[in-house]
Amino acid sequence: MAEAHPVGFQWVMEAKKRGAKVFHVDPRFTRTSALADTYLPIRAGTDIALLGGVVRYILDNELDFREYVLAYTNAATIVSEKFADTEDLDGLFSGYNPETGSYDHASWQYEGQEGNTTVRGTGKERDSASGLEHESHGEPVPAQTRRDETLRHPRCVYQILKRHFARYTPEMVARVCGIPEEKFLELARAWTENSGRERTGALVYSVGWTQHSVGVQYIRTGSIIQTLLGNMGRPGGGILALRGHASIQGSTDIPTLFNLLPGYLPMPHHADHPTFDKWVDSIRHPGQKGFWGNSRAFAASLLKAYWGDAATPENDFGYGWLPRMTGDHGTYQQVLNMIDGKVKGYFLLGQNPAVGSAHGRAQRLGMANLDWLVVRDLFLIESATFWKNSPEIATGEIVPEECRTEVFFLPAASHVEKEGTFTQTQRMLQWREKAVNPPGDARSELWFFYHLGRVLREKLAASTKPRDRALLDLAWDYPTHGAHAEPSAEAVLREINGFDVATGRPLNAFAEAKDDGSTAIGCWIYTGVYADGVNQAARRKSRHEQDWVAAEWGWAWPANRRTLYNRASADPEGRPWSERKKYVWWDPDAGEWTGYDVPDFEKTKPPSYRPPEDASGPAALAGDDPFVMQGDGKAWLYAPSGVLDGPMPTHYEPAESPMRNPLYGQQANPTRKIYEHPINRINPSPPEPHSEVFPYVFTVSRLTEHHTAGGMSRTVPRLAELQPEMFVEVSPELAAEVGLAHLGWAHLISGRAVIEARVLVTDRLTPLRVDGRIIHQVWLPYHFGSEGLVTGDSANDLFGITLDPNVLIQESKVGTCDIRSGRRPTGPALLDLVGDYQRRAGMPPDRKVPIVTTDVLGGENAAGSTDEQTPEAAARDGEDHA
Amino acid sequence: MGLKTFIQGWPVYRQLTGTDPLGRGAAAQSARSAELTARTETADGVARSVCPYCAVGCGQRVFHKDGRVTQIEGDPDSPISRGRLCPKGSASKSLVTSPLRQTKVRYRRPYATEWEDLDLDVALDMIADRILAARDETWEDVDDEGRPLNRTLGISSLGGATLDNEENYLIKKLFTAMGALQIENQARI
Amino acid sequence: MPDANSLYGPLDPAPDAGWEAAPPRMGFFTDTSVCIGCKACEVACKEWNGVPDSGFDLLGMSYDNTGALTANSWRHVAFIEQPRPAGHRTPPFAGDPTGPAAGSPASAAVGAGTATDTGTNPGLPPGRPESAARMSTGPEFLGMPGAQPPGRGAGAESRSDFRWLMMSDVCKHCTHAACLDVCPTGSLFRTEFGTVVVQEDICNGCGYCISACPYGVIDQRKDDGRAWKCTLCYDRLGAGMTPACAQACPTESIQYGPLDELRDRAAQRVATLHERGVPEARLYGHDPTDGVGGDGAFFLLLDEPEVYGLPPDPVVTTRDLPQMWKRAGLAALAMAAATVAAFVGGSS
Repeated sequence: MAEAHPVGFQWVMEAKKRGAKVFHVDPRFTRTSALADTYLPIRAGTDIALLGGVVRYILDNELDFREYVLAYTNAATIVSEKFADTEDLDGLFSGYNPETGSYDHASWQYEGQEGNTTVRGTGKERDSASGLEHESHGEPVPAQTRRDETLRHPRCVYQILKRHFARYTPEMVARVCGIPEEKFLELARAWTENSGRERTGALVYSVGWTQHSVGVQYIRTGSIIQTLLGNMGRPGGGILALRGHASIQGSTDIPTLFNLLPGYLPMPHHADHPTFDKWVDSIRHPGQKGFWGNSRAFAASLLKAYWGDAATPENDFGYGWLPRMTGDHGTYQQVLNMIDGKVKGYFLLGQNPAVGSAHGRAQRLGMANLDWLVVRDLFLIESATFWKNSPEIATGEIVPEECRTEVFFLPAASHVEKEGTFTQTQRMLQWREKAVNPPGDARSELWFFYHLGRVLREKLAASTKPRDRALLDLAWDYPTHGAHAEPSAEAVLREINGFDVATGRPLNAFAEAKDDGSTAIGCWIYTGVYADGVNQAARRKSRHEQDWVAAEWGWAWPANRRTLYNRASADPEGRPWSERKKYVWWDPDAGEWTGYDVPDFEKTKPPSYRPPEDASGPAALAGDDPFVMQGDGKAWLYAPSGVLDGPMPTHYEPAESPMRNPLYGQQANPTRKIYEHPINRINPSPPEPHSEVFPYVFTVSRLTEHHTAGGMSRTVPRLAELQPEMFVEVSPELAAEVGLAHLGWAHLISGRAVIEARVLVTDRLTPLRVDGRIIHQVWLPYHFGSEGLVTGDSANDLFGITLDPNVLIQESKVGTCDIRSGRRPTGPALLDLVGDYQRRAGMPPDRKVPIVTTDVLGGENAAGSTDEQTPEAAARDGEDHA
Repeated sequence: MGLKTFIQGWPVYRQLTGTDPLGRGAAAQSARSAELTARTETADGVARSVCPYCAVGCGQRVFHKDGRVTQIEGDPDSPISRGRLCPKGSASKSLVTSPLRQTKVRYRRPYATEWEDLDLDVALDMIADRILAARDETWEDVDDEGRPLNRTLGISSLGGATLDNEENYLIKKLFTAMGALQIENQARI
Repeated sequence: MPDANSLYGPLDPAPDAGWEAAPPRMGFFTDTSVCIGCKACEVACKEWNGVPDSGFDLLGMSYDNTGALTANSWRHVAFIEQPRPAGHRTPPFAGDPTGPAAGSPASAAVGAGTATDTGTNPGLPPGRPESAARMSTGPEFLGMPGAQPPGRGAGAESRSDFRWLMMSDVCKHCTHAACLDVCPTGSLFRTEFGTVVVQEDICNGCGYCISACPYGVIDQRKDDGRAWKCTLCYDRLGAGMTPACAQACPTESIQYGPLDELRDRAAQRVATLHERGVPEARLYGHDPTDGVGGDGAFFLLLDEPEVYGLPPDPVVTTRDLPQMWKRAGLAALAMAAATVAAFVGGSS
């Protein structure tokens, strides 16, 4: 956090000043570790084992915040007797289908609900990354469930959780993570001691958790701990995702993502959502509790905002015009399709995949095989110049005279040259005023897309093709101003907020959304940002003039609420858990919820409220159901559906690991998304042979001095001079083992690429003792590329493409490699070196990655666990195929 | 300037007659130093802005004069950042005023080895033509079973996490209306 | 006439330099115990003061690629990787299979020894014995950025104890500033805030100040020959603003304010740290009776000053100047008076 979000770290320092204890877990000792009370070096890719150890510690010692857990979580809920755990199935859950590499969730359901799930095989859900839309949905579960309030029923969630994590002992944590037992116990003790009525603990993570083939489950494990300890919805608690781009939260809420529409409405699927009604019902799950019950109004209002007068109840508001998903259309699938010649044109909008995405070579080769590419950026980034200045030019894989891609580079306006809102990492929108005009041809994206739409509509004006109606009927009349006819960002924000169609009055809250076409809302969760016709995101009341919640600075979705689920900051009767930790509470005299923040609850629903049996939607939420977006109003320690790779987190080894999984026969996530493509060769891991060809674990991350792919930092001398060169950090022990000298050169080889870097030998890296072996890890910054004031090889070139099944995010925080002293070869010799490693490791172009590595399923599905070849035989195989 | 003033302004005179006989302080202050003012004081205006780098959302004050950014620093009023900025946020003025910034459209013809100039309006028009061509060439009306698809998989887009909400909204709206499904950003990465 | 004390010993420098009704003396207190090494101070300083870049060189001194305070770096963050216990209750690498402490020439051999049971076994050849042997005999193991002064760190058994110190260094704005005292042009002067500033319109690049500085702070810029250093943002101070570095500092490691207040705050901070089990916390440059009369920019350190590259006992290099002046002064004054007379006469 100090490393990549230094200004946010001031609040950790404030907490420290007040006596908080700070633990930092990271494969390398960073600037955060330097200020933490305790630092735990960890083997990259093993966080679930560590966190699972904490879960076990809590449950074994009954250190959970029992009142909170009983009232606010599904700990007491009884699960189907058909459910079988990873304990029973050697690392698989019940319902696994080896053909599709995915689960049927029926057996994971609550008791009596096994037939209720609409989702059978989840391979399709994986392809559409529907885990991401469940970021705020909650999945179909019934409002009323069978519970055992004593938590003794062998199939209640509490007991299932206890059995599931029973193996995650301190010894196992040490074996898997390389964290000595005493240190683990120090963490577990401190975490649990800061729990209960008087105390809370906060958890902060970043892409060190998300960029894994089991990434969502990392965060799930953190959620389980925070829920067991009663840290959710309370001040000083929670889970904070530190996101890395100015509006990455905004670009998820108003998604430039293939599977989502604004406000986490799913992009329709061709088979599942044939009609508007089916689409809406798949979101609101009739009969279920919670605020998704109103999704028909949100969906109708979005389409009304898109198509204006042309969207009517009669034509389902233009639902038929929406493009349909048929499977995985994510960025990595797109890149492979580019290589295969299936994509004609590509827009890059302030993004530099040649450096910033996994498998840089695949990214660049994909770009070199387009008809046209539009790059909009401040600088000539690597993704704009791949055709003349990329590693593939040197190797001869891209020859400018033979590369057909037509490239348009359009200069972009900077953040001070346009107005608009960013949504920061705590869901807060802040309006930026414009300071100066953009230089030359530089324009905002608002300008570019508004005028692109205008030109497209002009060109199609005479068209009678049905496919063009969606463009021609689009509500695309935004007021413009100035010499360049810049569209009004405020007008767009008003549309995002939503308005009454008849009067144009901006809506104040999403409760005003209607499903009859009388309201138009661009993004329902943002309704209220223009409440009372005022740009609430532009509020700048000084922190000195308001309380610590600072509710009058900017605007946070939903409803300017700063802490989600804050009903949980009060006990079931609505009283603060303690005076120290009071935040939102029930005022019986006034008959309403009140407190420092906007209560995340219906304002006048008393704690004693119990819904009638047939209630659904918000009305079905009891007065002590704080988790108002969940189908049962409870926080989930066990997820009966919605998480595709299991109802509970399980430690799997990364897709590339030098180790056999010490916990189960199942080596890696059995549902991970794999692309078997000749360019995407995955290094072998046990139980496959030859993993020793890539003996070292590498991980990448940011430096304080640089930003992402470097487009905004390697171009700025003030930053470039602070970290002027690509380097690799190695421990003294590894340096000695491999023969690396401080400030000398090393090159790193994976099954995809070889890159070189200057060597920093440092005490901040340590070997780890893991399962009786010593594992060396190296660390690299991923900021470097071939353009800018300072250049260097790109660390992301080393990665292959393997994705988390829930959100299709790539595993780019851990991989295996070899490291050698000296500079890498250049030209064709570089390809020879990679090819040589591929041959030695048995990685032919058509290599099948074994998914199931346990024989629990029996017979032929146990691929990989028994077919160990001799290295010689495999090497021969490799040569035959290479 | 009268002679008296001139002489009084002379450091040695001030040193001999003033309170600073060693000439190390008040007497040594140069005319430039005496007139020095912070350029934030003489700015034409200040825009309340937000740092463009990570997602912490630190407040920035952007000072400008004669249409140029003259200083960017932390906004002390912000409850998020309390006026502080990291090295990247502190370098924001250099970022936006960088001489390396491209301010002209660049165009690379297929098989070319160098960039060319291109008029912005022409570029916009050419891009629109290419979108329509790619769309026509790859359009899918229905699937094998006759269910609607309404889409093109011939167009991709990546980016948005560094852009404004309003921009992402228009991007998604336009691409969706044209049937372009393959719209992605850093949130997937 | 000034008394001899004004070149040595405790003093309020602005009134001493002729500022009537001077504001309180302003300065920096840099608390290195909360520094996160982000270098915002370096960048904010350069942005405000228009300081050029200082070269794009990887120095390998941990994360320090600035190297030193120079004409083109008025703030400099030092990084020290050290095999010593820190404020951590648990040593960072306790229980990990680490070799001997960094800086120990023998560690290479141990590192090579670990190869027998690493991931390379079975498979690729383990560590190269010849390079391990070469390194184990060398005077400096791998050129590690240990940054310890000679003799420190060699005694540690293993490197399980480790800490990473960071410190943002800056011009000390000494109470008795030798740079100022030796400046022949009056370019260097004492401001009303008690700070020491080079006036770029006066400096002629003679360079006397450079050798006079007991801290090695002030430096000449190669292209223009003039001397440059921290001005404590003299222009911002005049406008009632905070210097750019202190304004940016995310964790309030750099604090700006009236020196008296800062000294009180610093004393309290040291006491707090001592209570919390950080006995090594100490102040540097805070003492008005030290060799430079106390610094306008002083520090809280977690180790000896030398570890951070600071002189342990700086003394103003012009300490003995009054004695010299007694001989030279009269002559100089007489000459100056003659010059004034000639000037007035010639103009009337």
